[in-house]
Amino acid sequence: MTNEGVVVDQTHQDQSKADQLKAARQARYSPGQSAHQFSLYLYPLVALALLLLVNLLLDPQFFSLQWQDGRLYGPLIDIVNRSAPVALLAIGMSLVIATGGIDLSVGAVMAICGAVCANLLVLGDWSIPAVIGLAVLTGLACGLVNGFMVSYLGIQPIVATLVLMVAGRGVAQLLNQGQIVTFQNPDFAALGSGSFLALPVPVWLVLLALLMMQLLLRRTALGLFIEAVGCNAKASRYLGIDDRGIKLTVYLLAGGCAALAGIIATADIQGSDANNAGLWLELDAILAVVIGGAALTGGRFSLPRAVIGVLIIQALSTTIVVSGLPSKFNLLIKALVILLVLMLQSELFRNQLKTLFSFGKLRGGKA
Amino acid sequence: MSEQSNNKSATPVLQLRQINKNFPGVKALQQAQLSLYAGEVHALLGENGAGKSTLVKVMTGVLQKDGGELLLDARAQSFATPKDAQQAGISTVYQEVNLLPNLSVAHNLFLGSEPKRFGFIDKKAMANQARQLLSTFGLDIKVTAPLSEFSVAVQQLVAIARGIAPKRGAACTKVLVLDEPTASLDADEVQNLFQVLRQLKQQGVAIVFITHFLDQVYQISDRITVMRNGCFVGEYQTINLNKAELIAAMLGKELCQQRHQAPCLAVEHSEAILTARQLSSGQSVQQLDLDLPQGQAVGLAGLLGSGRTEICRLLFGLDQADGGTLSFAGKPIKLNNPAQAIALGIALCPEDRKTQGMIAPLSIRENISLALQAKQGWWRVISKKKQQQLADFYIEKLQIATPDADKPIGQLSGGNQQKVILARWLAVEPQLLLLDEPTRGIDIGAHAEILQLIRQLCQQGMSLLVTSSELEELTAFSSKIVVMRDRKKVAELNGEDLNPDRIMAAIAGASV
Amino acid sequence: MSRTCLPLWITFALVLLMFAAGASQFDGFASLRVVTNLISDNAFLLVTALGMTLVILSGGIDLSVGSVIALSGVAAALLIGPYQWHPLLAFALILPCAALFGAGMGALIQYYQLQPFIVTLAGMFLARGVATLLSEESVAIEHPFYDAVAEFGLELPDGGWLGATSLLTIALVLLMLVLTHYSRFGSSIYALGGNSQSAQLMGVPVARTTILLYASSSMLAAMAGIIFSFYTYSGYALAAVGVELDAIAAVVIGGTLLTGGSGFMIGTVLGVLLMGLIQTYINFDGSLSSWWSKIVIGGLLFFFIALQKLLSHKWQNKAGGRA
Repeated sequence: MTNEGVVVDQTHQDQSKADQLKAARQARYSPGQSAHQFSLYLYPLVALALLLLVNLLLDPQFFSLQWQDGRLYGPLIDIVNRSAPVALLAIGMSLVIATGGIDLSVGAVMAICGAVCANLLVLGDWSIPAVIGLAVLTGLACGLVNGFMVSYLGIQPIVATLVLMVAGRGVAQLLNQGQIVTFQNPDFAALGSGSFLALPVPVWLVLLALLMMQLLLRRTALGLFIEAVGCNAKASRYLGIDDRGIKLTVYLLAGGCAALAGIIATADIQGSDANNAGLWLELDAILAVVIGGAALTGGRFSLPRAVIGVLIIQALSTTIVVSGLPSKFNLLIKALVILLVLMLQSELFRNQLKTLFSFGKLRGGKA
Repeated sequence: MSEQSNNKSATPVLQLRQINKNFPGVKALQQAQLSLYAGEVHALLGENGAGKSTLVKVMTGVLQKDGGELLLDARAQSFATPKDAQQAGISTVYQEVNLLPNLSVAHNLFLGSEPKRFGFIDKKAMANQARQLLSTFGLDIKVTAPLSEFSVAVQQLVAIARGIAPKRGAACTKVLVLDEPTASLDADEVQNLFQVLRQLKQQGVAIVFITHFLDQVYQISDRITVMRNGCFVGEYQTINLNKAELIAAMLGKELCQQRHQAPCLAVEHSEAILTARQLSSGQSVQQLDLDLPQGQAVGLAGLLGSGRTEICRLLFGLDQADGGTLSFAGKPIKLNNPAQAIALGIALCPEDRKTQGMIAPLSIRENISLALQAKQGWWRVISKKKQQQLADFYIEKLQIATPDADKPIGQLSGGNQQKVILARWLAVEPQLLLLDEPTRGIDIGAHAEILQLIRQLCQQGMSLLVTSSELEELTAFSSKIVVMRDRKKVAELNGEDLNPDRIMAAIAGASV
Repeated sequence: MSRTCLPLWITFALVLLMFAAGASQFDGFASLRVVTNLISDNAFLLVTALGMTLVILSGGIDLSVGSVIALSGVAAALLIGPYQWHPLLAFALILPCAALFGAGMGALIQYYQLQPFIVTLAGMFLARGVATLLSEESVAIEHPFYDAVAEFGLELPDGGWLGATSLLTIALVLLMLVLTHYSRFGSSIYALGGNSQSAQLMGVPVARTTILLYASSSMLAAMAGIIFSFYTYSGYALAAVGVELDAIAAVVIGGTLLTGGSGFMIGTVLGVLLMGLIQTYINFDGSLSSWWSKIVIGGLLFFFIALQKLLSHKWQNKAGGRA
């Protein structure tokens, strides 16, 4: 009985302590998660806005939109439209990178899926949904291969996906028998160059994919599990999360996204070019995810931020064009931007900057 | 307590005085000290977290001391890097073999001071020298093969050989530090190692020997220094200290008033929730019989490496049993992974919070709801609102000190981190909760609160299995205590026997 | 047979098998001419792969090599052409600059703890960007020195001809063999790849080694670019795209673990030869399409990775059993 008394007493104390804590919590207004998330979005968004602003200064017509044949035209629409394939890749890549992996094969998978589409269309007799379905299945199969190698064979992601990166393009060429396979199918071509409700179809496809993925990841616990596995795979296993299954899933999803990107690219040029479809786009996708603020070591991810990253890369290219700088500056500027982003992500560099900055402040204050 | 008398001559070869070392939020060493004389084997003892490893790291230049002095041959020194310490004649063999498994044995011995000929590494000479060096250890192996091809025992001997091998531009080895060198050796290999140590002793090397095998301490050491919670406890002549006194010094006798309360009331017989019979798993757990009664806390005592953690891993499905039977709530079960154990209602707070428990970058809210979410499956999501409620409830209930539930768990103090991990499992409402060292590395206040919580949980009908190095703590809430030694159950204590002295006697074994 | 040597022997056996298959099917395959052509055609890849081996042995990766090849080619062509430098003088400027470039990447990796993958990816864009900036068009090289070099060589029987670049490549291979296996720098690289923390504790100069080895990789890539320019008589900013992947593939097929610390320089040579032989075989056959080489190389990559995984598993079990 005395024992219980002690417990009750303790609870009382708990209560008062808790009240104090609560008060403290309210007194010290904490910005909380939403504000924190906002600041995460801030940098990429500011970067994008700045780029667009530079464009506007260079070209006063930059934000202008024309209405023509039930569709909007203009530089902004171009940026969004051109970003579509990489945006799809970046959505898948975000998830892979969130688990601490990397998928080098997505460009090759694009080529394979494009070849599948083109060949089926040339054969005829295939309805468009069936073509799309088969292409997506192909992409998922590629993702399965990658995922199996990474999660169940325990192969390093870079190497595992390098296999498909090298072999995949060969497979695509094999499907096309080394030719550029072209097809005549306006309905399918509309997927790449058509428009719907004023916007190009690829843009709608990206938005749809983004929405579906957001729903899949955030309306279920999948997104949280991916982040948990990426932060600490061992602790996740101790929690009862199937870490290998999660890793398999992200490569699967990345394969599916690559398939969609391949479909758009193929529909856009009404043909499949196994040599060039999706070439080096995996690097752009990785870059976009990094610019979006994700760490290559895994952990938190955000699909919208990755898409903003893609827009930044595309806007940068456009800026170079608009600015009148020859396009040969393109790569160099891109490289410098990556370096800057990389350095900003390094804690040591940030600290060095802070020291520099505070010195400046101190001096400024004295002066 | 400490005996300063010393029959050895004059000055110690190495002396550490009043060493302080702080890590953010933790005082790892407070006024620690150690004196080493040439030609002695000096055992450095203490439970996990006692500060042995930190002291060694300060001594070998891996960490910088925050205060105190280090005298080598009576001259004050400080080592900025491990290399400095090596140059001065202090060699270290770390707990995990810190060699390069991909290089040959010979190369591991001489990396950085390879014999050269015409500016190139002379592999032949290196192999010859390696053979010579190892032969003094009674080791006749193919020195050109990669180190990884040999057993851990051999690797350990190679590491020691590297420790005393002559190095370019360095003084000859005066002090050799061995951090748990025998952890992975069998009895014969240990004797072999001791033979080598005796040889080195005769050559005048001072050897620091860290171990948790007390029998070995009595076999090889001349003197003992005991540490606890980062503090120096005492220095003893090995022959003058019996095992029980030693264990008492290691585990400590200070009593926290909180722990003096009577254990859970329900000592009367109750159904067993989990029963193990002859349960074995490789070398790590041998033929364990265990009954965990419903609604009671059972303590699991034993020194580090006695098989405590291994039992927890086994019961949680992290390791698989290879013999014996296990039944839970009356039904025979077989566990292949943690998910199965969780589905049955078994939960584990792991020993190593950092790598196995918390997911540092995620928020408190997410860390609390993750286990429940994993149990429900990924498609049945716990809404953010529900997560928040769950988090708020446990933040209040366990008094987790945080401004809000969105703070990443990695930014909390150790005690609060542990509470979050506990909350995570309480949210799953398990029938059996396994706590592996739940109070390690946390502050006194949180410590008392966690003990309080354990008692509350028992009263609510939950069954617990708690391992701890602190015996007072175990007796405070356990209805019975299982004592492990050398991976076997050696005693089961209850009733009158539930006191630290009896437990210590059981841990020390019949040889006391 | 030891764990590390087995993949090497398998690659060696595959090289012999491939050669035997070619020799038995096609006239003129089994000739010194084919062998010497194999070397001269793959000389620049081989030199690049040597540097890549260093990097991969240390546990890193260098994606920038293809771009560095292009950059050094363009730079050489411009210096020799419009700027009228003597080729040797141009090379004397290009090689240290490349080394500096690599050292920069190594420093970023070492001091800012950035991942080699992303740093060298940035390096890849940077080098290619500078190359494009220097010249977007292919720049032809016409210089008596180039002609002289082209004529220099060792006449071998059976139509074999080891040109100056082949000889240089062989010399570089020998140099790198000695460097990796008989120098302290080589030991340090292996040590880094084994476990950089242990290496640090054992007194290996980790920072210096990291910076030096990325510098070496870039310098070898620049050397490969120069060799490539002797092959094509031009410098082109879009040359050697994707060579980094071929080099990585050759290193892996040569039995070097991508996790670092295990492998042999000679394995890389065999890897390049095997990939070259596959191409030669396809060329000789005439009916086989070029994409088969990609598919086969991908298959080989998978085979070797799986093999190494299997071997390391077996080894772990063995060691675990004995522990």
